[in-house]
Formats: sequence, C-alpha cells, structure tokens
Amino acid sequence: MGFSPQNCLVMNRDSNGYTFLFAAAMVLVVASTLAFTASSLKSLQADNVRKEKMQNILSTIGIQTDREQAETLYKQYITGTLALDHLGNPDEKVDAFQLKLNNEIKKPANEQRFPLYKAVVDNISYYIIPLRGSGLWDAIWGYIALKSDINTIQGAVFDHKGETAGLGAEITQQWFMDRFKEEKVFNSSGQLVGINVSKTNNDPKDTDKEDHEVDAISGATITGDGVTDMIIERLTHYLPYFEKEKTTMASIN
Amino acid sequence: MADKEANPSKKPTLLFLNKESEPLFSKKNRVLLTDPLDDNNPITVQVLGVCSALAITVQLKPALVMTLSVIAVMGASNVIISLLRNLIPNRIRIIVQLVVVASMVILVDQILRAYAYDVSKQLSIFIGLIITNCIVMGRLEAFALGNGVWRSFLDGIGNAAGYGFILIVVAFFRELLGSGKLFGYQVIPDAFYEMGYENNGLMLLSPMALITVGVFIWIQRARNRKLIEKN
Repeated sequence: MGFSPQNCLVMNRDSNGYTFLFAAAMVLVVASTLAFTASSLKSLQADNVRKEKMQNILSTIGIQTDREQAETLYKQYITGTLALDHLGNPDEKVDAFQLKLNNEIKKPANEQRFPLYKAVVDNISYYIIPLRGSGLWDAIWGYIALKSDINTIQGAVFDHKGETAGLGAEITQQWFMDRFKEEKVFNSSGQLVGINVSKTNNDPKDTDKEDHEVDAISGATITGDGVTDMIIERLTHYLPYFEKEKTTMASIN
Repeated sequence: MADKEANPSKKPTLLFLNKESEPLFSKKNRVLLTDPLDDNNPITVQVLGVCSALAITVQLKPALVMTLSVIAVMGASNVIISLLRNLIPNRIRIIVQLVVVASMVILVDQILRAYAYDVSKQLSIFIGLIITNCIVMGRLEAFALGNGVWRSFLDGIGNAAGYGFILIVVAFFRELLGSGKLFGYQVIPDAFYEMGYENNGLMLLSPMALITVGVFIWIQRARNRKLIEKN
C-alpha cells in the first residue's frame, strides 16, 4: 500500500490497540453523522411520502398534479375519509389517511379498519379504495376509484416495492393503469367479480368494458395475478358499505 | 490497477499540507481529471461499473442524477480516505473504505429522498448500490490511500466524471431512440410519427445499453490507437 513508515504520525498503526481505537472512533463518528442527517431530514421525507399518497389518490379520479399542488387539490376534491369496520360502519376514532394498510391486512377481517376516500369532482362523487396485496417479490399496492354507480372504475393507480423492472414493474405504467378505466367490478347479476388481469381475454386493446378483464403483461403473470387478487380481496370488505350507500342513494331518488 | 501512482513527494507529508508547492491545476493534476474521461475510462477501458450503466440509462434524468451522486460520493470519500491515509490501520483499511463509502452513499440517498423524491424513487436501489460500484473502492485503494488530498479529490471527480460521461452518452441515445424524448421532453416531431416512424422499444431494454457501450468502445478505439492491444 501507498504508505511508508516515515509517514506515520502516531503510535504503531499495526498494533491491536490502535486498530480497535480507530474502529471505535470511526463507528462513533459515522453513526452520529448519519443519525443527525436522518433525523434532520425526516420531516421533509415524510412530507414527500404523504404528498405522493395524495397525488396517487387524486390521479385515480383523473386529476394529475405535481407534488407541490397535491395538498391543495387534495383538500379541494377529497370530501371525506372514512375508516370502515367490517360491517361498513365508519369508525370515528381512526384517521383513515394515517392507516397503514400493510398492518391492517395482517389482522382478521373483523378487527381491520378499511380506509375509504370520497371525492367530488364537478358534482360527481367517487369512491376511492386503497389496495394492497402481493406481487412476485414483494408487496404491491394502489388505489382504485369507483364512479357513483359503485361499479364502473374511474381510474386505478398501482405501485410496487420490488417487482422485476420491465416485467412486473410495468404495472406502474400509465398504459397498464388506463386499461382499468370504465371496466365494471360487479357482473350483471350484481355479484362482485373484480377485474381479472387475464392472459386469455382476446381483447388486447381492452375495448370490451363489460368483460371484467384487462389484458395482462407478458412475463408478469404472477404480478398480474397479484393485482387481480388484491382488487377482489380488498373490494369484498367494502360490500356491506356499498350496500348501505346503494340503499341511501335509492331512497334519495 | 495499472495506474497506481506513488506519492509524488518523498518528504513526509502532514495530512494535506504538502511542503512542495505545486500549482493546483498543474499538468500532472489535470491529467488526473482528463485521463479517466478517455484513455483510462472506468467503463469503456477498465470495464468497471457496467451493471449500473445498463440499469439506469433508459432516460437522461436518472443518468444525470446518478452521475452527480457518484461524483459527490467519489469526491468526498477520496478526500476523506486521503485525509486519513496516515491514520488508517492497514489491516482494516478495506473496512474503513467501505464504511466511508457506505456513509457517503447513505447521505446522498437521504438527501435525494428529501429534496428529489421522484428521482430517488426512479433510481431506487441503484443509489444504494453505488457502494458496490468497483470504481469507488478501486480508486480509494489504488489512489487515495497513497496520494495527497487535492490529487485524490481530482482523481475521484475525474473517474466519476468518466463513468458519468458514458452514462449520459448511453442515456442520450437510449432515450432519444427508445422514447423519442430528451430529459422527458418530446424532441422527435409528431410529423415523423405520422409518417410511420416508431420508437425503438428495444432501446429501452438493457441489452441495448451493452451494445451502445460496445459501439462507444469501437469508436473510441478507432480514434485512440493507444487503447488497442498489441498482440
């Protein structure tokens, strides 16, 4: 190595004592620097995550925005956030926006709280439901917005933690998310069927909006199945609430 | 490393106070910056750091941020290692280098997450993987441990720039031919598409990054005869 004995400043650099001393000092310095940086940047980072969530929620109802605008627009369009229990009753004690779906999803259904966002754009109301499930490697999640008929999809947005780039990770692409628009989650007899990410739907342009299917991505079968599963699994829990909403709407009309 | 250089001054140096006065940008020092751009390019000549060069060159913006991050990490860690070079116990020097590089990378990652969230999401694990980029550790071990602070700083910046230069060239062609955009802005006019021009989807896949680097090496060697192996 590029050192020579006369360069030595201090005690014998090869002694065990010096090595331990150096390592201990180094660890202390590094740990405190990193801890200081992490804690001083934490609020900025958390803010980014929060605004990104608002951005995602807004994009399902067709409002594209940058992160700076997200908070203002979120307040403007999102009229209510509910944390529902398994019977479809809102739990006032829980802040739905702060709910961590990855914690909730591990609980039995009757202990979970199901977040729901209500939005109103141009006097049309939407129901936005957060999704979470498993892809091939790790968690996938997203949001799906239903129109006021509680059937037709207004928009969907997906994200993932570690799906394969170019294959499973393509679920975050706009062209994939756009395939969900106008699809129906209930079949003609009123049964919840969700949306099937299908390899055999013979409808690559997704023109048929009554088939409850979107065209899958080649090479992303398991991620696609994960999307299918998470949509039907999550929506099922909202059925009691949807029933109530439909009854209220029917009584108003 | 073939270009391992001995300490230029045989006199004892105390940290960065070099007794010999030498202009900051003397010819010898300038070479440290320019050599890695061409004659000793980390990617095209030393074939280091290729993995990340394939992964993040689909678009110019992440390639540029990656370049800046690597420049920051290499500049800073070369300086730190060079400052400590007479204090680091020889037996744990690799561990020390690793700790220094890792902390720099974490700092960069944290700062990006706070101030450039979208790019940090796009680069995802590749920022963390700067730690494993052979160029960084290679320069620490081969250069910073045996050279003064200023020279080490130039060497770090130079090598990172040599790496980044390739990233940006590759990303330029991949984004232009693959999506018809530069920095996310449409540059190929719509009229072309109406006349039947199509983006080349293959450019978006990593094999084309390798082929682009290959073409670059071809051009570089055709121009710079020094690089051609003799036998």
